[in-house]
Amino acid sequence: MVNLTADRDALSALAEVEGRSLWQDALARLLRNRAAVASMIVLGVIAVMAVFAPWLSPHPYDEIYWDRIQMPPDLANAHWFGTDGNGRDLFVRTLYGARVSLMVGILATGVSLLIGVSYGATAGFFGGRIDNFMMRFVDIMYSLPFMFFVILLMVMFGRNIWLIFIALGAVEWLTMARIVRGQTLSIKRKEFIEAAHAGGVGNFKIIYRHIVPNVLGPVIVYMTLTIPQVILTESFLSFLGLGVQEPLTSWGVLISEGARVMESAPWMLIFPAVSLAATLFCFNFIGDGLRDALDPKDR
Amino acid sequence: MAPVLDIEGLQVRFATPEGEVSAISDVSLRIGAGESIGVVGESGSGKTQLFLAVMGLLARNGRAEGRVRFRGQDILNRPARALNAIRGNRISMIFQDPMTSLNPYLKISRQMTEVLVEHKAMTEADARTRSMALLDKVGIPEPASRFDMYPHEFSGGMRQRAMIAMALLCGPDLLIADEPTTALDVTIQAQILELMADLRRDINAAVVMITHDLGVVAGLCDRVVVMYAGRIVETGGVEDIFHRPQHPYTQGLLRSMPRLDEAKAETLASIPGQPPNLQSLPPGCAFRERCAHAFERCADERPALHDIAAGRAKACHLEAAP
Repeated sequence: MVNLTADRDALSALAEVEGRSLWQDALARLLRNRAAVASMIVLGVIAVMAVFAPWLSPHPYDEIYWDRIQMPPDLANAHWFGTDGNGRDLFVRTLYGARVSLMVGILATGVSLLIGVSYGATAGFFGGRIDNFMMRFVDIMYSLPFMFFVILLMVMFGRNIWLIFIALGAVEWLTMARIVRGQTLSIKRKEFIEAAHAGGVGNFKIIYRHIVPNVLGPVIVYMTLTIPQVILTESFLSFLGLGVQEPLTSWGVLISEGARVMESAPWMLIFPAVSLAATLFCFNFIGDGLRDALDPKDR
Repeated sequence: MAPVLDIEGLQVRFATPEGEVSAISDVSLRIGAGESIGVVGESGSGKTQLFLAVMGLLARNGRAEGRVRFRGQDILNRPARALNAIRGNRISMIFQDPMTSLNPYLKISRQMTEVLVEHKAMTEADARTRSMALLDKVGIPEPASRFDMYPHEFSGGMRQRAMIAMALLCGPDLLIADEPTTALDVTIQAQILELMADLRRDINAAVVMITHDLGVVAGLCDRVVVMYAGRIVETGGVEDIFHRPQHPYTQGLLRSMPRLDEAKAETLASIPGQPPNLQSLPPGCAFRERCAHAFERCADERPALHDIAAGRAKACHLEAAP
């Protein structure tokens, strides 16, 4: 019916323009968004500094200088952010805090994203009894008190930073699953899904090819809210003594220590708080840019 | 010649909280290779559900019974996995609203090549070549530059052309078009119909045109099937139906359609009353309450579809055309 070879010859030059994926397109659009690019740069700098923290300062994060307790920023001794109440360098401790906070934020959110999206999309797409069963399980998980869950894990496995990831991930995916399920329910009734069925596309291909990209908008918005929320929850756990253990630290720990002495040593509050605020700000801008980039029509 | 699609005694029922609704009752229909059939009827007559049942796309509460054979192979109530080898490949469907039938997040190119990679195991490059050739064939100007666009960058008419191109990708034996022009404005409608008429000559597919617009049928179809309340009430060649309609319902449909070929402007007639409630169909003819010619027998006995001439059948107790 169509002469393939002739067409291929005629169109060979054009066929070399390989189809770019949705993600490449989205990335190109994201890179045109100045606020998002600036945020990515700031976040990148913070992340790189956190990774290379030991080489950026002459001081180890846990060394106590008995003669320099709670000192304001002091360039002569390379205490750029001053020292804390135990005479440890605040700059290097803020960077170590960034390590923990970023890692918790990204890993726990990543876990919740992966489980939540696939779980929610599957439940919503198949509907009926499968949906009922899967979502009742989510309801049961929801009804477990979070603190009780964390304390239980700590008692059983001892205090361990990985447990924080597991505990946070295990809780955060529930909301994600509910959001994705709700979106899936409305999208699976759309005509293009029916058209995909009529085109003989298999169920799982419909889920990941047609449904998941259509729910990513709300998912990414929720994700940008989850990262800061997870970072804050981690600081809350650390504050209660259930999170990271001294001498290791996180931004939440540093802020709570700084808040106690904010009148006599404001730098102990200001530097970690500004770092945390800047990070959360960046995540929000990136999320906003991503939403615009992923939704080619709503601009 | 063996029929492409052979529907025998198809029943479709929907379980609703108010009771069972019988959307299709005892429909038998044969579609030969390359034949073009128009299925007409007003909203709720079951014309769309009939072909959704054939495709295995009924809503969850729908049940289909009877026999549907596609090229001799039973396809009714087969699992989705088995149907997926046929759907989009041997039978394809064009939907009513091109605005919502394309995935807004995927480029036209991706949505087209997906079908070919899935069904014909083509490489991405081959699939692109073939898809682009088809876009060209359905009259999309500069297909190469439009190929990698998103659906929202297309106009309504272009999207419907792209939908048609997608439906033709695998060279189907049967093409089901569910009101393909309803959502388009009149000038675009005419273009799309012209395109479909052109394509009919090139492709060897049997075409089913589901529509409430008899004008669409006139230019495109060989045979017309008129449906009312889930049953076929009249079938025949397109000329016959237009010039010598036998069933009062068909006559009513024709009178309610504006015509340009008539000298003096007549007032358009409407069919009085409402289509019956499919939940509790009374015995007898479903059309009798709206029919000007109904008599006692119509209330007691449902008229069966019977042949009245070669290739003509009607379900009406009246002996001659009223």
